[in-house]
Amino acid sequence: MDSPELILQYVFSQPFAEAAGMTLLITILSVLLGIVLGLIIAMMQESRVAALRGLVVVYLWLFRGTPVLFQIIFVFNVLPTFGILFSGFTSAIIALSLNEGAYMSEIMRSGLQAVGRGQRTAGRALGMREWQVMRYIVLPQALRIVIPPIGNQFIGMLKLSALVSVIAVEELLLVANQTASANFRYLEALAAAGIYYLLFTTVFMLAQARIERWAGAQKRSRTTPKVSFTQRLLGVGLKQASMR
Amino acid sequence: MTTPLIRIANLNKSFGPLHVLRDVSLDVTAREAVVIIGPSGSGKSTLLRCINLLEPIDSGSIQFETSKISADSRGAHLLRRQLGMVFQNFELFLHLTASENIMLAPMKVLGMDRDAARTVAEDLLAKVHIPDKADFYAHELSGGQQQRVAIARALAMRPKVMLYDEPTSALDPEMIKEVLDVIRELSQEGMTSLVVTHEMGFARNVADRIIFMDEGRIIENAPPETFFNGGSDLQPRTVRFLDQILHH
Repeated sequence: MDSPELILQYVFSQPFAEAAGMTLLITILSVLLGIVLGLIIAMMQESRVAALRGLVVVYLWLFRGTPVLFQIIFVFNVLPTFGILFSGFTSAIIALSLNEGAYMSEIMRSGLQAVGRGQRTAGRALGMREWQVMRYIVLPQALRIVIPPIGNQFIGMLKLSALVSVIAVEELLLVANQTASANFRYLEALAAAGIYYLLFTTVFMLAQARIERWAGAQKRSRTTPKVSFTQRLLGVGLKQASMR
Repeated sequence: MTTPLIRIANLNKSFGPLHVLRDVSLDVTAREAVVIIGPSGSGKSTLLRCINLLEPIDSGSIQFETSKISADSRGAHLLRRQLGMVFQNFELFLHLTASENIMLAPMKVLGMDRDAARTVAEDLLAKVHIPDKADFYAHELSGGQQQRVAIARALAMRPKVMLYDEPTSALDPEMIKEVLDVIRELSQEGMTSLVVTHEMGFARNVADRIIFMDEGRIIENAPPETFFNGGSDLQPRTVRFLDQILHH
């Protein structure tokens, strides 16, 4: 069978489609959980309780100071010796979202801090309740700050998700590898996986650009510089919170 | 003698070890313009922020109309609807246009519909002399224009009192007048006003009463004629302060 033909056959085969779905699911779940975690951590960092802030420092130190691959293997292989047993998929989500949270907290913090204390006070002075100040003054401004870097995190996570192939989660890279090892057609199997990865990153980038334009359109003049395709792909030019 | 609109009695407030307000008592009558002056750190701004409960008070009492303002802040948002406040750094909402800044609280707090709020905003922008700036964002306005939008925003809640916390301190000199003119016009229309300021000319011309504060105490409480010409009627501390600011 010719290479192009085999690649296409792989792309449209059920194992590859399912693996692509798994990759997408891991990416989206991990980033979403990372956002929740990041928000909690960002708020803990602003806390007046020293113990909470200390806890955050330890967490950030652990998860930014060790490789993600190490964290994945740790959750999957070491936790069971303490009687905590997770499936490969669950371990993957736990490790990736804990890691993501450590980086997302920085993004969330920049969003929350973008709205000065003075504006919140002004809202309160107008007779608004705390939730109204949050809803109508803080969140609309914070969202604009966090949307572009969160888009970046999605693209980054898509690529990181390949790491969980080491704990036997049936995602794209593992399936491609397994397929190839049966017939040694590595080029074709990896090309099929590559097509899926490129498809997803392209879709993420387009969505990100769209959302940025939407957020920008609400404000007439914006000073954000244009981000080129290559810059987006490399993750530079946008406020980048993580370099892993 | 009419009952005062605001009655402050023996107010005390500390920030940690720092005692910023010491036994402050002050009555403000409706339609009156009271100007509060004094050196930095004398407690002027804190006094203003205590009146609408942006700062909790330690002891003493504040009465607004007939109701006591309680130290616990559960009803604070209801009180604040009746007290307009203007800040040194304007504090416009940066994601909203001038008119949206003015419309937000009437719509979300008072439940006014968008069209009615829009009319209110247009009227108020005309009142502060910038009717053509409705669709501008804060970063497209000068400091003086921003502060006038902030005044219009406070007025939109139809407050019974306006509190101005150093409204011109962050402005370039040539913009100070346009803001002070608006404050003066409002006061002349009968808006009860408390103004913390360093502008002595304004104090002299607009105030019905001048309060001089130092180290958390009210040292002087006098009409402007007495205050600026008084000599022997004044406290020594007041005389020294006036010497410093009027003869430099």
